[in-house]
Parts: sequence; C-alpha cells; structure tokens
Amino acid sequence: MARIIVVTSGKGGVGKTTTSASISTGLARRGHKTVVVDFDVGLRNLDLIMNCERRVVYDFVNVIQGDATLNQALIRDKRVDTLYILPTSQTREKEALTKEGVEKVINELSETFDYIICDSPAGIEHGALMALYYADEAIVVTNPEVSSVRDSDRILGILQSKSRRAEMGGEPVKEHLLLTRYNPVRVERGEMLSVADVEEILAIPLLGVIPESQVVLNSSNQGLPVILDNESDAGQAYEDAVARLLGEEREQRFMTNQKKGFFSRMFKGG
Amino acid sequence: MAKERLQIIVAHERGQRDQPDYLPQLQQELLAVIRKYVQISDDMVQVEVDRNGSCSVLELNVTLPER
Repeated sequence: MARIIVVTSGKGGVGKTTTSASISTGLARRGHKTVVVDFDVGLRNLDLIMNCERRVVYDFVNVIQGDATLNQALIRDKRVDTLYILPTSQTREKEALTKEGVEKVINELSETFDYIICDSPAGIEHGALMALYYADEAIVVTNPEVSSVRDSDRILGILQSKSRRAEMGGEPVKEHLLLTRYNPVRVERGEMLSVADVEEILAIPLLGVIPESQVVLNSSNQGLPVILDNESDAGQAYEDAVARLLGEEREQRFMTNQKKGFFSRMFKGG
Repeated sequence: MAKERLQIIVAHERGQRDQPDYLPQLQQELLAVIRKYVQISDDMVQVEVDRNGSCSVLELNVTLPER
C-alpha cells in the first residue's frame, strides 16, 4: 500500500517544491519506488526543479481528462531510476483537477508505487485542497517567520477538517513539521523565531530543520534536487529528514551556529 | 516579541475556525436592527455558536449603553 504524503504550507515560497524534489529523490535513492506529483496547475515548477521540463509531453490534467494514460505522462528521472515525476498542466486551471479524477490517478499510482509525494500549490483554495485531500501524511513546510507560521497553522486546521480522513472520521493525517530557511545566527541574536518557538505554536512533531543555504538557488538553477548535493548542509538536512520519515532516529543538526566548535569541522558548510 | 504576537493571532484564529460563515454578517444585521432603537457601538453585540455535544446553541450577547 502506497504512503501518500502531501508537501504543503499555506504560505507561498517557503520551500514546498524544493522539499518535494529532495524528499522524493531521497526516498527513491533508498530503493523505494517513488512518484512526485505536481498539483500546481497553471504555475507548474516541479518539472523545472527536477530538470525534466523539456520532457513533458502529457501531464496530470491530460490523464484526468482521458487524453493520455498515466504511463504516457509519467517521466522517469534520469539520475535515480526508482523515481518518477507526474508533471501538471501549465495552461489549464486548478478546477481541471476534479476530486474523482485525482482519486482515480492516485489509486492507479498506488498500485505500483511505494511513495506518492504530492507537491501542493500555495494557498488554501482548490488546488491545495486537492493535493491534501487523499493524503495519509503531511509535511508542513514552514519558515521561522510570523506569516509563514500563521499560514501553516491555517493549513493544519484544514488538514484536520477537510481531508478525506477527516471527512470519513478515519485516523487523522499524520503531521510533520519541516522548518526551512533556518538561520541559527539570527536565532541566537533573537531576530528569528527558534525551532522551539515554532514547535510550541504549531504543536506537531518536528521532521527536520533545513538551514538557509546558498546551494538551494544553485540547485534550482541546475535542476538538481538539493539532497543530491551530499556535501552541503541543506542536502544533509534533507537526508536526515528522509531517514526520519523512514522511521530512523537522527539527531537534529544544523540548529546551532556552525562557526564555532569542533563539530563544525566535521560537516562542510554549504 | 514576534512569538507573543503570533501566539495571540493563532489562538484567536483557532477559536474562529469552527464558527459558521454567516456569523459576521449576522452580527452586522443585528447591530443595524438594534440601532433603530438604541445607540450602540460595534463591540456591544457579540454572537457565538457553542457546540455542546449533540446540540448547538447560538449565543447572543447585547450590552446596552449606560443610562
């Protein structure tokens, strides 16, 4: 049975697609057959971040509308062969994602994949709702910043009331907090919300802390998921997050200023 | 400081979340009716839905001005 995980946030620009790309790559790299699905109809970006924008022929909406089969739309990643991408339409609108259509595609994907990562658009409207509706688990991507935390709280409320599990009264969607763009120097100066602050307000288990890093921009530019940069702090932080998703214990790193102490010399900064 | 502001706004919004959508409109309309008879300020009419087990109660609080 496939694990369906939505990567959502409410707030835009906090790192959902970056995270979806790295988490799915990380899971696939561990041997799990993984598909990452772009739900951002009209403003697709997953294809760009995964470096397959030139290979998109058919997309998610085509499959829902019966113009193409799932196999025709799925793109196999060139770096990790257990990883597939289902891109979405750039020209249609979010209403093209019908509940029944999405259900049908997810059911079909569940037959052959171990993990289905749903990359949600920003907001709380139809596109975001469709991305989270069928999820078993949710990674709530949050920046340590007031509007992001507020929006994450809102999306949590929606997960708890409008997901299929909520509507059917089933076991609730398992929630994970992923704090991104974390800057320990600013936290120590009291300028930025700390991990503890955000954990206290959102009250959901912490999956990981991804430090602010220059490699993220470079990764998007190259279409190379951050997790593939094994030497960078952000890449390693994503690897830790994947490990925890798989049930492994990993101590939280990258939460303190790496400039001092001998531990900083063990991890090359990024 | 940012944390305190956040805690306040998040707590407030969570309280509002389960309330039905029509409440703000209802409050405005009630204000208009009452103002035909008594001059009151916006915050003197408060409406809230209280869900107690199997029944829901619409709680309406109207404070009248001092004589």
